[in-house]
Amino acid sequence: MTLDKLLVIAFSILGIAFTYWFFLMKNEKAVAVKGNSIDITVDGGYQPEVISIPNGQTTKLNFIRKDPSSCLEEVVLGDFKIRKYLPLNKKVTIEITPKKIGEYTFTCDMNMFHGKLKVV
Amino acid sequence: MKTKKTYPIKGMHCASCVTLIEKSLSRVPGISNAVVNLATEKATVTYDSDTCSEEQIASAVSNVGYKVVMDEELGSQDDEKMEKEKELKKLRLKVSVSLFLGGLILWGSFPGLINTAPELLKSFWVQLLLATPVQFWAGAEFYKATIPALKHRTANMDTLVALGTTVAYLYSAFVTFFPDIVMGLGLNIMPYFDVATIVIGLILLGRYFEARAKGQTSEAIKKLIGLQAKTARVIRNGKEIDLPIEQVIIGNVIRVRPGEKIPVDGLIIEGESSIDESMITGESMPVDKLKGDTVVGATLNKTGTFTYKATKIGQDTMLAQIIKLVQEAQGSKAPIQRIADMISSYFVPIVIMLALVTFAVWYVVGPSPAILFAMLNMVAVLIIACPCAMGLATPTAIMVGTGLGAEKGILIKDAESLEIAHKITTIIFDKTGTLTKGKPEVTDIIATSKITKDELLKLAASIEKGSEHSLAEAIVKQAEKKHLILHKVIKFKAIAGHGVQGKVAKKAVVFGNRRLMEKDNITLISYLKQIEKLENEGKTVMMLAVNGILAGLIAVADTLKDSAKAGVEALQSKGIEVIMITGDNQRTGKAIAEKLGIKKVLAEVLPDQKEAEVRKIQKEGKIVAMVGDGINDSPALAAADVGIAMGTGTDVAIEAADITLINKDLRSVSAAIELSRKTMRTIRMNLFWAFGYNILLIPVAMGVLYPFFHILLSPIFASAAMATSSISVVTNSLLLKKAKI
Repeated sequence: MTLDKLLVIAFSILGIAFTYWFFLMKNEKAVAVKGNSIDITVDGGYQPEVISIPNGQTTKLNFIRKDPSSCLEEVVLGDFKIRKYLPLNKKVTIEITPKKIGEYTFTCDMNMFHGKLKVV
Repeated sequence: MKTKKTYPIKGMHCASCVTLIEKSLSRVPGISNAVVNLATEKATVTYDSDTCSEEQIASAVSNVGYKVVMDEELGSQDDEKMEKEKELKKLRLKVSVSLFLGGLILWGSFPGLINTAPELLKSFWVQLLLATPVQFWAGAEFYKATIPALKHRTANMDTLVALGTTVAYLYSAFVTFFPDIVMGLGLNIMPYFDVATIVIGLILLGRYFEARAKGQTSEAIKKLIGLQAKTARVIRNGKEIDLPIEQVIIGNVIRVRPGEKIPVDGLIIEGESSIDESMITGESMPVDKLKGDTVVGATLNKTGTFTYKATKIGQDTMLAQIIKLVQEAQGSKAPIQRIADMISSYFVPIVIMLALVTFAVWYVVGPSPAILFAMLNMVAVLIIACPCAMGLATPTAIMVGTGLGAEKGILIKDAESLEIAHKITTIIFDKTGTLTKGKPEVTDIIATSKITKDELLKLAASIEKGSEHSLAEAIVKQAEKKHLILHKVIKFKAIAGHGVQGKVAKKAVVFGNRRLMEKDNITLISYLKQIEKLENEGKTVMMLAVNGILAGLIAVADTLKDSAKAGVEALQSKGIEVIMITGDNQRTGKAIAEKLGIKKVLAEVLPDQKEAEVRKIQKEGKIVAMVGDGINDSPALAAADVGIAMGTGTDVAIEAADITLINKDLRSVSAAIELSRKTMRTIRMNLFWAFGYNILLIPVAMGVLYPFFHILLSPIFASAAMATSSISVVTNSLLLKKAKI
């Protein structure tokens, strides 16, 4: 086997390992809600992505979409039966009062981008 | 900074609301002045934006029980429409430009076409010039989505397109700038600008159609919102004034003329009319309404003129409730979606890994020119993968399905209920008020020799006057019809599921069913035959005893709803077992069930035992739906796998039921199940398509067919397939709109 082929194999293996590590092994660090509201920037995903909120408390999730991609134009909180359109650069507040401890996801319309609510 | 702003306020009724809101606002630090106007329902607040936020203003108002409407909520519907139109226009321009420029490049580079092309288009430099705006202007949105996503270590469809087209573009640019190096590697000097541009053009085209189609999935909600009347003709101080609907308050008297829309929910106080309620209930026949009847906002007055008193406004009207329910259902998740959710979260990284594998395998063991095969196949893998179709498969169908339901008067609480409904094997109908009209009438009075029929009825009506049972109402009504003057009752006692007892005209009177008589040791022997005969006719027989001796019988019957038989038959033809549950005795219950073709009757079930009966049938492994009025039988509705509330739109019923049928037509139960079946079929087809597409075509793009048939997928074909894939999922969901239920 020639050197270039060996290099291509090596780089591919490295690339696969990197892809796995980069996308699938990221650390989930939850940001705790201060007070009773939190701003979530929607730009190529949700920032913060993992949010911890106290059980039973009414929390306001303020979504501000900065990403023009139509993929992110709606946010869906399936467990709370909420689907909301997010106009560009405008704050949209969603109020939730979780009643059970656990993890709840929020996603974009096509379920490509994910965020997580950790109810503690 | 000093700021002055006016906010619409919701929920104000009177002048004291004004004071309350003003007081609460003035207590907020930073607010220097707050003026609330009841007529316009607005608050004008002067505040220092450095020390006071809009949220504080909103919470000061909500603390005293009202609601501030913030800017973004006000115009959100219009904003959404405008913004979407703007996006679509931009997308259309990008699609046209990229397909036009891409087409020119293709003409100048595609074997077969190239001979007819002008020399200018064959120049690599011209192709580079044409491809660059497509890649970085039209394709900008792929980068704009990819870069921030990568920052968060996530990836989506755009990432794949950006990666794929960038590889093709950069390779082509390299060939254009350094043809010698490429030649030195033993490769043809051949750029692939056509691949990069056409792929971008086709994917954007797909996105354009998808966006348009997706807009149609939420049309039902827009239609419902559009039903709302804009103004109301309110009578104030004897004068009729046209008011915006937001200014109507509870208790306002409103006049409605023929052909006009009824603005809010209320009660007719004068006049009568025929009203078209089809937009709310799905029932096509107009309904006649008289003084004292309720009218529903957004329905259409056909013939008469009437005045009515507003009883529900704003968020409390039936239309608002329906909109809220449909919105919630469309935001909810069906259990079947879970698997798609799980896969889609791993999908894009896996495709990137597969693309790398493809490159390496083709480079190492592929035919010559290996690097070209490796690159083109890698690009094809990145482009063909379509995670969107998986993401759209379930929610689009749920949106169309719940919307279609709402149009027909079938309100579905959430996607989960819609999903379970298609698995129902057994349906239990509550008899009174569901299969029957719930308005029983006295049919027979049989008195013993010691008492006249009227006296018997008088005693029965007197004692039943204090009871709330629907049968009692029938007896009292009959006595009123005969102008009988009722006696006073003392020591009245109602015994649930049995009857009533008390002292009437100094006599101890017991009135109720056979169980009550048995309990009091009252002998029925000489009347048993008559009782049986009446019961066999489907009548409910009640016995009256005076001082411990039977005085007579009163039979009451409830009329079956016109749609009852057809409703039951429709379910049975679907292979669903129909059961009737009733408080009547076995014989009466059976007689009614026979008229409807129902084979199984659960008779003599006390109201609080219905829930246990539902659970008993569930234990047999059956998936049970319970149909009731949603008010008296909420525990049973909640216990059933699917609770269906009929002929109602009240908050209580909507809360208790999984499916609420606004109209009184019993065929709607079967229609709701049909809707569930059809929606689930669409979802399954969508998921099958979305998964099948990726499972089949990704390996083809990787080149698995090449060793056997020399079949490879060109990236251009891959992009066309990808674009078609998500459109076909959305279109398939939209087809559901035409489904007959």
